Amino acid sequence: MVTAFFYLAAAVGLVSAAVAVAHRNPVVNVLSLVVTLFCIAVNYALLGAEFLAAAQVLVYAGAILVLFLFVVMLLNAPEEQPATEPRPFQRVAGLLLAVAAAVGGVALLMGLRLSLPTQSSPGSAQALGRLLTGPYLFAFEFISVLLLAAMVGALMLVKRKH
Amino acid sequence: MWASAAVSAAKLVIVAVGLLTAVPVMVWVERRGAAFIQDRLGPNRVGPFGLLQPVIDAIKLVFKEDLTPANVNRGLYLLAPMVSFFVAMVTFIVIPFGAGKDITVFGVPLGGLSVAPDLGVGVLFLLAIGSLGVYGIVLAGWSSNNKYSLLGGLRSSAQLISYELPMALAVLGVLLSTGSLRLDDVVTRQAEHLWLNFIPQWNLIPQAIGFVVFVTAAFAETNRLPFDLAEAETELVAGYHLEYSSMKFAAFFMSEYINMTTASALIVTLFCGGWTFPGMQHFSGWWLLVASVGAFFVKLAFFLWLFVWVRWTLPRFRYDQLMRLGWKGLLPLATLNLVWVGVAMAMRWI
Repeated sequence: MVTAFFYLAAAVGLVSAAVAVAHRNPVVNVLSLVVTLFCIAVNYALLGAEFLAAAQVLVYAGAILVLFLFVVMLLNAPEEQPATEPRPFQRVAGLLLAVAAAVGGVALLMGLRLSLPTQSSPGSAQALGRLLTGPYLFAFEFISVLLLAAMVGALMLVKRKH
Repeated sequence: MWASAAVSAAKLVIVAVGLLTAVPVMVWVERRGAAFIQDRLGPNRVGPFGLLQPVIDAIKLVFKEDLTPANVNRGLYLLAPMVSFFVAMVTFIVIPFGAGKDITVFGVPLGGLSVAPDLGVGVLFLLAIGSLGVYGIVLAGWSSNNKYSLLGGLRSSAQLISYELPMALAVLGVLLSTGSLRLDDVVTRQAEHLWLNFIPQWNLIPQAIGFVVFVTAAFAETNRLPFDLAEAETELVAGYHLEYSSMKFAAFFMSEYINMTTASALIVTLFCGGWTFPGMQHFSGWWLLVASVGAFFVKLAFFLWLFVWVRWTLPRFRYDQLMRLGWKGLLPLATLNLVWVGVAMAMRWI
């Protein structure tokens, strides 16, 4: 049952990721990215990481990509037309890079020793909270200060000078 | 295995039927309530007190011609009402609507009386799935190829993002004082602490600021007046669902009322003690279940009426006022509430 759901979510996630890159309509691109992120969240949930799954949907699918969509719709980006002047060099270089990335990825995967968590961790939100406020407290606080600094920086950049 | 699946399925059916029944009832309440607030009678011809009016409306919607305008983006135009309706139907499953602790059905302990009582992330699930609802509105607005619809969709996306933040912060206050993400625990904790051995200490009182913020944000998240800028009839004709007809329009219409029901249920659960009621220690077993479901419904009905009441009382906000209220009013207030809960808990006041 779990395996079936995993393959379903993985397949849908991969297809929608391909659509996100390949489709010409920017709105469809953003939407298929939403589907990809949702499928990743489903896989998190299947691994027993409920909190991560919820956070993934809440933050990425539910908030950040809505802003993407907002910008795409606001600019009313036209459907992308195929390039008018062909650039053969780009094609060859792209193909070579893709092959290199594929080979590298496969090599990396062969080297990895992955194992699923042996038992589903009950109350994983609690366990995560313990880790974040215990051993990783400094890193956690440091990242939050960093994000705050980035936010203040963005505000300073857009602030109009009178 | 089969028995527990059957119990889950039964709960699912009950919740789904309940939500779908709430729609015509609320439509009737809304129209009659609006009429009484505006000193007129409202629909009172079909059935006793006009109670069958929503049935007639539904039949009309089903038999209407299902028009698809010529220049819409077909796929997304079809997808949008589905997304809205799906999200509206799914979010209710984590809300506990009755006591079922010591009751077994076919040898299966009921646990909490919600569809998914064992979901550890509880309220986070609701917020996460609920945050996907905005896609229905935005896609409807964009795919309709209509300026008014697009404006509605754009407004709605900015509005929902802005009001999700104070809403989540207000929920955080409740979670902090509960120490658990599960709504079952939120409910039982509010019943455990009593003042004068009788008055339950609902979150409503110690976290009054959070309550006000949450209720306000709930109005914005469900696109209800005074925050219904996505459909603002006087400016955008009908906003995001302008190009929809027949049951596709009905899907949006129904999701609005179902969302309203879920939002009210969440307010009741988080701030007003959920299904608990004063003096419930005298009940047990099936009587407790029936009485607690009754208590939940009474509270739910009050907040549903509040939605109607406010709609016909307050005028619509202007867009810049809406944004100012969200970012400069509610967000600081929600943060203040969070700080207050933290301090109060550290000092052992609540």
